[in-house]
Amino acid sequence: MADGTLIRCQEVVEVITDYLEGTLSPEHIAIFEAHLALCEGCQWYLDQMRITIALVGRVEEEEVPAELRDTVLAAFRDRRA
Amino acid sequence: MAEVALASPDPAAAEAALVERLRAGDEAAFQGLVAGLYGTMLTVARTYVKDRAVAEEVVQETWLGVIEGLERFEGRSSLKTWILSILVNQARTRGTREARSVPSPALAPADDAPAVDPERFRGPHEQYPGGWRAFPASWKPADQLAQDRETIRVAMRAIADLPLTQQTVIRMRDVEGYRAEEVCATLGVSEADQRVLLHRARSRVRSALERHIDG
Repeated sequence: MADGTLIRCQEVVEVITDYLEGTLSPEHIAIFEAHLALCEGCQWYLDQMRITIALVGRVEEEEVPAELRDTVLAAFRDRRA
Repeated sequence: MAEVALASPDPAAAEAALVERLRAGDEAAFQGLVAGLYGTMLTVARTYVKDRAVAEEVVQETWLGVIEGLERFEGRSSLKTWILSILVNQARTRGTREARSVPSPALAPADDAPAVDPERFRGPHEQYPGGWRAFPASWKPADQLAQDRETIRVAMRAIADLPLTQQTVIRMRDVEGYRAEEVCATLGVSEADQRVLLHRARSRVRSALERHIDG
């Protein structure tokens, strides 16, 4: 994002994670948000990114294979023996 | 599950309580921890050893090491971070032993792919260079989109197709809710690199979802 200049849509999509992670400088946040206020396309894009994160959060965590679970549980029991 | 215990108002006290339960031989606490950490452990292991079966062995060896070392755990780092550091050591040892695999994570491979296809933006000689040719679509809320199970499957497949370090980062951050610092500590990457990996991963998953949702 070039300082002092307006940001383009093509740049918005590259700094969006920095924006969401809260690592943009206050000055860059102002530039980013000023663009967003005027650009419906980038508002939808930011929205899509937030929805993507929410959908990824619904991906199921991988299940522990039964054999591995049984082996480590047996070791956990034996530990105290 | 461990997450339940860690979600209490004082995470440090909750974790100390969990460690006590483990030392006392509480099997439910142990199984909860094994289940809660499995996805992350497997992806982290796979950044060091290519073979999935070997990565599963690394996870198993790690738990055996954790069981053995439990009495020595001093709580200087969080329990999760301590377990993941044992995993990384195990995986590194295995990684150098396996002829075909890489000794350290293949980090930030020269992947400068843009977040969005450049064709979607106006060229330098057009009016509004770098602006959208056609706006992205307005999506329904995540709750509604998730009712179509295929949407979640598309996200899962998109994650599975990512380079392994990106997979690890997006799984840890967005599937399992780890903080950025925990990802950095586990993978030994800077915060800036962690963000780049997260950005690439999320951008690619968004593209895959867009193809599915907008058709």
